[in-house]
Amino acid sequence: MSEKKKVEGDLRLDQVSKTFGDFVAVDDLSLVIPKGSFFALLGPSGCGKTTTLRMIAGLEEPSSGKILIGDTDITEAKAYERPVNTVFQNYALFPHLTIFENVAFGLRRRGIKDVNEAVEKVLNLVELAHLKNRKPGQLSGGQQQRIALARAVVNRPALLLLDEPLGALDLKLRRQMQIELKWIQTEVGITFVHVTHDQEEAMTMADTIAVMNNGRIEQMGSPADLYENPRTVFVANFLGQSNFIDGEVEASDGENLVVSLKGSKIALPKSRNNAKSSSLKLGIRPEKFRLHTADEKLTGNFLKGGVITDISFFGVSTQYLVEMPWKQELMVFEQNDGGAPDLEKGDAVTLSWEPQFTFALDGDAK
Amino acid sequence: MKHWLSKNLIRIYAAAAIFYILLPILYTVAFSFNDADKRNIVWQGFTLSAWLNPCEPIGICEALGNSFKVGITATIASTILGTMIAFALGRYNFRGRATTNLLIFLPMATPEVVLGASLLSMFINIQIGAGLVPVIIAHIMFCISFVVVTVKARVASLDPKLEEAARDLYANEWETFRRVTFPLVAPGIAAAALLAFALSFDDFIITNFNSGTLNTFPEYVWTASLRGVPPQANVIGTLMFVIALAIVFAGQVISKRRQTRR
Amino acid sequence: MSIAHTSSSEKVFAPAKKSHRTAYLLLAPGLVWLLIFFAFPLLNLAETSTKTPAPSFETGEFVQTFRFANFIDSFSANQEQFFRSFFYALCATVLALAISYPLAYAIAFRSGVWKNFMLVMVIAPFFTSFLLRTLAWKQILGAEGPVVSVLQFLRILPADATITATAFSVIMGLTYNFLPFMTLPIYASLDRIDYRLLEASGDLYANSATTFRKVTLPLSMPGVVAGTLLTFIPASGDYINAQLLGSPGNFMIGNVINSRFFRVVDYPTAASLSFILMASILVLIVIYIRRAGTDELV
Repeated sequence: MSEKKKVEGDLRLDQVSKTFGDFVAVDDLSLVIPKGSFFALLGPSGCGKTTTLRMIAGLEEPSSGKILIGDTDITEAKAYERPVNTVFQNYALFPHLTIFENVAFGLRRRGIKDVNEAVEKVLNLVELAHLKNRKPGQLSGGQQQRIALARAVVNRPALLLLDEPLGALDLKLRRQMQIELKWIQTEVGITFVHVTHDQEEAMTMADTIAVMNNGRIEQMGSPADLYENPRTVFVANFLGQSNFIDGEVEASDGENLVVSLKGSKIALPKSRNNAKSSSLKLGIRPEKFRLHTADEKLTGNFLKGGVITDISFFGVSTQYLVEMPWKQELMVFEQNDGGAPDLEKGDAVTLSWEPQFTFALDGDAK
Repeated sequence: MKHWLSKNLIRIYAAAAIFYILLPILYTVAFSFNDADKRNIVWQGFTLSAWLNPCEPIGICEALGNSFKVGITATIASTILGTMIAFALGRYNFRGRATTNLLIFLPMATPEVVLGASLLSMFINIQIGAGLVPVIIAHIMFCISFVVVTVKARVASLDPKLEEAARDLYANEWETFRRVTFPLVAPGIAAAALLAFALSFDDFIITNFNSGTLNTFPEYVWTASLRGVPPQANVIGTLMFVIALAIVFAGQVISKRRQTRR
Repeated sequence: MSIAHTSSSEKVFAPAKKSHRTAYLLLAPGLVWLLIFFAFPLLNLAETSTKTPAPSFETGEFVQTFRFANFIDSFSANQEQFFRSFFYALCATVLALAISYPLAYAIAFRSGVWKNFMLVMVIAPFFTSFLLRTLAWKQILGAEGPVVSVLQFLRILPADATITATAFSVIMGLTYNFLPFMTLPIYASLDRIDYRLLEASGDLYANSATTFRKVTLPLSMPGVVAGTLLTFIPASGDYINAQLLGSPGNFMIGNVINSRFFRVVDYPTAASLSFILMASILVLIVIYIRRAGTDELV
């Protein structure tokens, strides 16, 4: 493979589409992933995230659109011509080669004769140098996953693609690997594009998340941004949980809007309003609610008349289901730090929350 | 005791069945040591003379040589042709699958008399007749199907993601085949080649129809059976058996070794 | 129907690539070979079957007269051998099934560390010349062999009776020769059965006999059907066993076809007999394909 000019820079997808017969897997996708960042493509199965990844890797051809790294158009380039490496979901380690040869595979194909140093270095990075003469079949799932990563990283690609690499690991190992992956990414400085359906995983590891649904990006931004200010119902429900209550804008009051919410009046900061019409879906995250029994001094917005219908203990927190007078059940998380009152099923409660934690979407938003 | 019996009855049966299967083979081996010239039917005494003079009976080693000529040629050709078909069937979606499957399957289901007779008929019609080349052609024909079946099973169990990983790691199409696909399919191809050779070497009916004056080893045994099969034939039979067993067991040891390595 | 099977733990990947050109390039040489040397000869045989002896009555000379009555003639002249062939083949198939099924079951479920060894032993007959094997049986069952001696000693067999040159020995030979063809497909089917299904059956109050009848047996049917076809079809066309282990009274249709080709040079008769044999076998195959589709064939 001739490397006249080193290909590097931001990854840019320009109106990329992919159709399989009648089915549109990726629909006119455009995005820029800055060099050196940890980027997550998040979405449910079938949303097109894996197809997008495969198009970046060169394992799938786009039906239309362009893919560029920096100034170089790689749309027509074959997979083995791209400075892009993939960590596959089931690792895809070559069963007939030793760990050492697996890791050295890409280096050898590029004509590099002396592979020892590079391979040893990356095996030390994943702390598995002692397994270099074993075969993949003799390794555990977690070890295979780290070797798959080493095999990709050793080539110092412009882009490292990860296709749900932690899916097959148990929870504890997954958490550990999430931290390790993030650390490795900062160590080697390569752009990571991580595909996952696990929103917690995306939020912990990525600098930027793009939430995909039905072949399109619904919203893109930092984890905090997406979480606190979702622009669609889908994003609001995919990242964490949300309560949605229908309301109407009544008046404007300086920086806030006055919204009529099932008979009560609440304040909505204009900066938190993403709706275009006056009929709104008001979103409040469960952990933002506070529960009060009667007779307390309340700050912020509040809704009266709730009755507790269910209590679930989660260790760190307690989840309450509260039925409101208009027959909607709202979800409330209270941290078990002694701050919440002692409540039981059937108790009457009032909900309060700080206005800046509200987000509003169009009343007919999906 | 009764419980032990009912639990192990089937095992005892299996052992008996296997003994039944091996019986004629053991007989063949035993009678290779028989002190008899032609009429090798009654035990007359132990001797190594047949083993020491394997080519003594007229025509036996020539027949054996012919069997090898045919076998090796047919094995190489049918393995190549059959492997290609197996890859096509196992990896690609193409129109005409059903017809292809049928065309591959039918030779295995056709009685050998019909295969042999039809080929001889055609060769006579186009003035080629019988001989070494028709036999080789016939053997290639019936071996292809068996090669396809054996290799296809192996191709189907090959994870396509491995080839994608190779391409992702800078291997072009040829390098991918050479370094990933082929090594992983090779055991299946080897098994297919072995099977093809065994089928070719042991074939009688089709060969008999198409060989004319040429003799292969099974044909030698057949004609000899009328007047008396010499113990040298048993020697060759025994050797075949032992070598084949050795190859199979070696294959199993090698495949075990491939899975693990320190 | 595939003789080569993948065990239950191996995954199988469906063919995915769409590029037809490469597929056709790969298929071409082999399929062309089969078309020229399998399909075409069969058509040629069909053409020969309606020929009649040439006016010159020279041996081996025939002319095409489209005499379809050849089929009727050759069938009625050899009815006995036809029915005998199918009868022997049927007996051999049933016997092979009876012997093989428990053996396959034992290998699949009760063999432990001996599994590979037992499988090798089952295909061991492939490793020796089948002519030598059949001749060995001729010896073993022959007048001077141990079996007859023992049976005569036990007074089961009269003093001058033989076992060879009877229908019994021919059927025995056929059964023996096709045993691996019956055992391996049944084993492959049984081996594929997820052991947890049998455990579930036990969990749902079935004893081992019932579990066998209601779970194991039905799931092994594909293998049984495959083995039956793989045994019956070649057995019905065989002539070696009849020739070596039987007498002219035991001759099968294969013997007739062979002699019509070589001894009495009567190609049209041989060809029409071959065709009737093939036709009856094809009927069986069609029934099988209707039920199972073609993908399992290869």
